[in-house]
Amino acid sequence: MTAVDQMWVNLKQWILGWSIIPGGAQPWVSIILSITPILIVFPALFGVTTILERKGLGRMQNRLGPNRVGPFGFFQFVADGLKMLTKEDIVPRAADRVVHFLAPLVLLVPVLFAFSVLPYGRNMVPIDIDGGLLFFFAVGSATELSVFMAGWSSRNKYSLLGAMRGIAQMISYELPLVLASLTVVMMVGSLRLTQIVDAQEIYLWGWLGKWNVFTPWGFAGFLLFLVAATAESNRTPFDIPEAESEIIAGYLVEYSGFKYALFFLGEYLGLFAVSALGITLFLGGWLPPFAFLGFIPSWLWFLLKLLAMICLFIWIRGTLPRLRTDQLMAFAWKFMLPMTLINIVVAGLWRFSREWQVPLALGVRWLVCAAILIAAYYVFGRALQPRFAKRVYRYA
Amino acid sequence: MLGSGILKGLRETARNFVGSYTDESRMVTVEYPEERLPAKEATRNFPFLVYDGQDPAAGLRCVACQICEKECPPQCIYIIKDTAKKPDYMGKMQMQPRVFDIDVSVCMSCQICVEVCPFEAIKMDNEYELSTSDRFDGLLLKKDDLWKSNEYYHKIHPTEAAEVDRRLAEEKAKAEAKAKADAEAKAKAAAEAKAKAAAAAPIGNTPTT
Repeated sequence: MTAVDQMWVNLKQWILGWSIIPGGAQPWVSIILSITPILIVFPALFGVTTILERKGLGRMQNRLGPNRVGPFGFFQFVADGLKMLTKEDIVPRAADRVVHFLAPLVLLVPVLFAFSVLPYGRNMVPIDIDGGLLFFFAVGSATELSVFMAGWSSRNKYSLLGAMRGIAQMISYELPLVLASLTVVMMVGSLRLTQIVDAQEIYLWGWLGKWNVFTPWGFAGFLLFLVAATAESNRTPFDIPEAESEIIAGYLVEYSGFKYALFFLGEYLGLFAVSALGITLFLGGWLPPFAFLGFIPSWLWFLLKLLAMICLFIWIRGTLPRLRTDQLMAFAWKFMLPMTLINIVVAGLWRFSREWQVPLALGVRWLVCAAILIAAYYVFGRALQPRFAKRVYRYA
Repeated sequence: MLGSGILKGLRETARNFVGSYTDESRMVTVEYPEERLPAKEATRNFPFLVYDGQDPAAGLRCVACQICEKECPPQCIYIIKDTAKKPDYMGKMQMQPRVFDIDVSVCMSCQICVEVCPFEAIKMDNEYELSTSDRFDGLLLKKDDLWKSNEYYHKIHPTEAAEVDRRLAEEKAKAEAKAKADAEAKAKAAAEAKAKAAAAAPIGNTPTT
């Protein structure tokens, strides 16, 4: 059991133990051994996700989806990748060439940085720093810079519009994202992501994993985090920076060939990273949901949860249409922000109601916290409802 | 309440997703090169020449009258008459085409040639997979590409072909009846003339004979 669970850790230790590696080179070999799997697994997952997404969306629309390359069209992403590689890389004559070239890199590199602090399994975290969560958000906000670089350097009005929309959206939703994560930090008392996972390794009544999502503040926090994460990663229904039907492809208009593919890779890796963070914070990281499922290796649990999150994002993409900019802003500032603030208050209440001496303390605490959240949800939700009568056209 | 519409939408997409695997009738896509729908009877695109019997050269209904060539709006038909004649389905000696070409890259599928043909010799085909690597010769259909049997015509347009066959049979029967009547009348006339002559002979034992 532990052998399979720890096989990657042991493999790394075994390779580091080779006598051909000189002592001074060991840290470097260790770094490379930690980086390489991330650079292999997540881009591969990106390929799998594109095909899953296209097949899944197709099925939701009662289509077949791609079915030409390989069995059931599974190798479509290979064909697409090769196509992207062989395409001409066009840079507009009026573009700022340096910034135009740098933009996809500025997106991709910080996203890869973000992967370095995520715990993928028991003892499987590339760098376990104290401020892991802080580091994640710090490098994660560099994507805004990339979007703006891409939009500005292309010298195209659609690019610029897309970039402006992207900046407005990402900055607005960064706040709820961080505030929703803050509840977990309050409860655990640490920004270290491994410690956050360890804090969830308690089994209620001996079998049910005590994930944060099973508490009122955790459930609300997870939903708020999910919405903010969707907006952060520019996915439908928050894809107004790209908005194919309005501004062609937003800041991606002037990109072609492999730079375009890099943008896509960066966006999907960003989605994986933020999903992985959501899993770590609310869904128990690499922990199994039930104690008796502990025989499945921790890294496999993490991967399964990640795939489930990806499927959820695909499902949402297949369901919801795009928001308008004013709806987006109203939703961020009039609903998401107050909800996250109230959620922080509820998390505090949950924390300090541990000392309550009432019968069925857990149930009472649960009900009180949930009631506050539902009341707030109802009130803020009502404020978002359209308050005008149906328009009557006199001359139509 | 906020969010109920989202849940409704999520349920709808999930139902469609599951339904696409369980309910065959949802998936309307026909994967074309591997599977294809049966052609509708009214389908038509380019003309072909009908022949009766087994031998296309002998049974070709076309008599090279060139009406279709003259009527064709984009002038995609090209006919050269043969010098030799052959009997048609009624046994009448008729011309035949030595060359009969249709340039399907020019043809606009108007069906005027079919409408003007008095011999039911040219009909509309439903063959649509005509792509070729040579856009000049590959799309110029010669006489031996164009001729197709009456059975084929029956297969692609059964109603229309049956009606054509009935009309041809009627015409043939009428012609045969007419020929018979003509022959009878002729025989009768001949017999009458003979009888007349025979009758006249004893009376008129005159120097006129």
